[in-house]
Amino acid sequence: MNSLSVRTASRAPAPVVSPSARLELLEYYLAHHEDLSRCASASLEWLARHLGIKKSICLAVDGESSLLVGITGYGVATEDVELYSHPLADRHDPLVATIGQSQPTHFRTMRVNGDSARTIPSTPLGPGPFTAIPLRAGRDGQRDAVGLLLVKGPAPIASDVPWLASALAQKIEQIRGRGSLAEETRRLRRERALFFTIINSVTDPILLTDTEGRLIVANARAEKLFAASEEESEGRRRAIELNNMLFSAALSRTAVEMPSEARELLLVDPNDGSDLLFEVLSSTVEDPREGTGIVSVLRNITDLRRATEQIEENYQRLRVLEAAARAERDRLNLIIDSVADPIIVTDQGGATVLMNKPAEELFTLWSDADDAAQRTVQANDAHFSSFISGLLLGESGPGEIRRGEIGLMNPMTGAPIPVEAIAGKVLTETGELTAVVTILHDRREALERARLYEQLKKASDELQMRVQSATMELATQNELLRRQAIELEQASRLKSQFLANMSHEFRTPLNAILGYTHMLLQGVAGDLPPNVKRQLTRIDSNGRHLLTIINEILDITRIEAGKMPMQITEFDVNEIVQEVMTELDPVITRSKLVVTPRILPEALLVQSDRQKVKQIVVNLLSNALKFTHQGGIEIAVSYGRSDRMASVGVTDTGIGIAPEHHEKIFEDFRQVDDSPSRQYGGTGLGLAICRRLANALGGRITLRSNLGEGSTFTLTIPAEAPQ
Amino acid sequence: MTDQNAPLILVVDDYQDAREMYAEYLQFSGFRVAEARNGNEAVEQAFALKPDLILMDLSLPGMDGWEATRRLKADETTKHIPIVALTGHALAGASEGARRAGCDSFVTKPCLPDDLVVEVRRMLGAAKQA
Repeated sequence: MNSLSVRTASRAPAPVVSPSARLELLEYYLAHHEDLSRCASASLEWLARHLGIKKSICLAVDGESSLLVGITGYGVATEDVELYSHPLADRHDPLVATIGQSQPTHFRTMRVNGDSARTIPSTPLGPGPFTAIPLRAGRDGQRDAVGLLLVKGPAPIASDVPWLASALAQKIEQIRGRGSLAEETRRLRRERALFFTIINSVTDPILLTDTEGRLIVANARAEKLFAASEEESEGRRRAIELNNMLFSAALSRTAVEMPSEARELLLVDPNDGSDLLFEVLSSTVEDPREGTGIVSVLRNITDLRRATEQIEENYQRLRVLEAAARAERDRLNLIIDSVADPIIVTDQGGATVLMNKPAEELFTLWSDADDAAQRTVQANDAHFSSFISGLLLGESGPGEIRRGEIGLMNPMTGAPIPVEAIAGKVLTETGELTAVVTILHDRREALERARLYEQLKKASDELQMRVQSATMELATQNELLRRQAIELEQASRLKSQFLANMSHEFRTPLNAILGYTHMLLQGVAGDLPPNVKRQLTRIDSNGRHLLTIINEILDITRIEAGKMPMQITEFDVNEIVQEVMTELDPVITRSKLVVTPRILPEALLVQSDRQKVKQIVVNLLSNALKFTHQGGIEIAVSYGRSDRMASVGVTDTGIGIAPEHHEKIFEDFRQVDDSPSRQYGGTGLGLAICRRLANALGGRITLRSNLGEGSTFTLTIPAEAPQ
Repeated sequence: MTDQNAPLILVVDDYQDAREMYAEYLQFSGFRVAEARNGNEAVEQAFALKPDLILMDLSLPGMDGWEATRRLKADETTKHIPIVALTGHALAGASEGARRAGCDSFVTKPCLPDDLVVEVRRMLGAAKQA
């Protein structure tokens, strides 16, 4: 409310400030009667508050130094005011001149008919028109003013301003009266100078801003970032502008969020445009005169950030490497553990670094191990240590492998384990020994295998020898058999030859016997008495029988020697049957048996040896007649179309032959009854010859018979001549 | 009692019993008979006597029957005389060998004297016709 009324009043030069406001100022002067600076500040604030004067400065005349010095300012940089001083020596200086005036002097730029421009004196108010009001107590026109009140803005000024100038002058004189002003000012100046020296020596930018982010105080470093002077280049100005914007934004965020928290702020270096990272620490300063301000300290953490990032990156890389190393180690462990042979890694001092499970079984004790096991483990340790120390002491290159046999024992069982130890040195790149890796190879298996192999080899050799000897024996046997076969063949040939010769030798005397008997019976020696004739007949028949035997033996011999000549012709089997019956008619008649021929209605032509076929059929029929006492005999001719075989079957109702004798009767000189007193005559060669002849003709003789049931002998021959 | 015109048969056999048996029966049957004990004698007798027929045993000591037959059949004066071979060898090839040697007929021993006379008469009849 109050401020509103003041602004309204400022529009006119008439006194607009209420008496109570003037009183309020004067009361302040009374309350702070010793402090010139505070009184001056309050005055300028009062002007701003009640008259809307945005920029004003209070200057005081320092008699000792002959300088016009800044006491305080409003709306201008504090240090500009504090550091401001103007020499009083030149009385023609426009600003100095005003001190001698009683009325305010207005400064503004003007040009008069080409004359040199009356320039505005340089003050902390900056460019632009202002009014200088001399600070005079009362109406005293003789003395110079104690100071100047500079008010920015165009003329005229409100009448309240000269009032205030008068009041303030009185106050200054009052304070000066105590002679404190110069001392006070000097002290302040020193402190301020010290203060700025201190904050400028800090390399971090330090700023004091109002809540809007407007700069109030800044150290040299901060000015470089945030304060632009007129002569700055375009690029730098823009960078500074941008920095101000960024900083304001950061501050407003700080105000909203957590005020005491350190924040990061990215700014631009106006010199080279590079990024600068700052950590901003802000704190709010409550000042009853200056209002709420914010002190910010910026710490350049660009390098720190870069270093942090570097460290982070290195750390990540380290982590990756570590993980890889761990994986590698895990894999190595897995590999080492999966090896069935014990593996031990020792360091350069011979101490065990690593061992796999099989090695642990040999070199470590389990919880409830007994004394024997302990001793075994110790012995194993000692053996291994001496092996390793041998390697460690010996001079050897990086690639050298040491081998040795160690006699270890299984701690669990006490069984000896002969192992082959293979140790290799692990060297660093510089050739320094870091570890020794030893693999213990269990030789038991190898030894056992070698032993088995030896046994196997022995057995194999033995077997081979046996096979060889057996083979040799077999060869010998074969040779023997071959010779025997040759001998047998020779013997057989000799036998046949012998029999042939024998039969010849038999015939010669038999020829004479039969010849003379015949001659006698023919009556060469005249008529013979009947009994002699009968006796000669006996000689004759026995001689003939003997001749038959000899002939049959000769037949067999011939067949066996392969010297039976074959004369193949084509003939009718039916005819053979009839011829045989005719030939044997006397015998048939004598036997009183009925012989029935069952011949085919048509001719059965075969290509074979007619004589031999007939001989066989004669033999079969003779036998049937011989061994049949009653009943009848059938001779049946047949033909098998499927196998093209012709057959002649002789069936009798005779004594029959037991199945067990079926083969026997075909053997040489055999009858079923072999006894000397046998009932039936005959050489026993008949069927043997028949079978041989049938085989020679490509056929066979088969028998179907049972004891007491008669017999059927069948000759079967191929209808066509064997090729 | 033997007719001087009766045919002369030369019986060649080293086995005396057989030779004399056949000789005796041939004489009994009305033939004139001469005898020889081996091949040499057979050839000599044949050339000397010029018999009407020769009964030739093939297995003979010294010159055998085959050789004697070949010689007689090779000579102009004797080659017309029929030769009946007599052999105890019944093995295959015996008769073939005899025929190749020049024998006109072949009789296997044992041969009854009666059968032999039948054969002699047949061969003489054949020779007379030829």
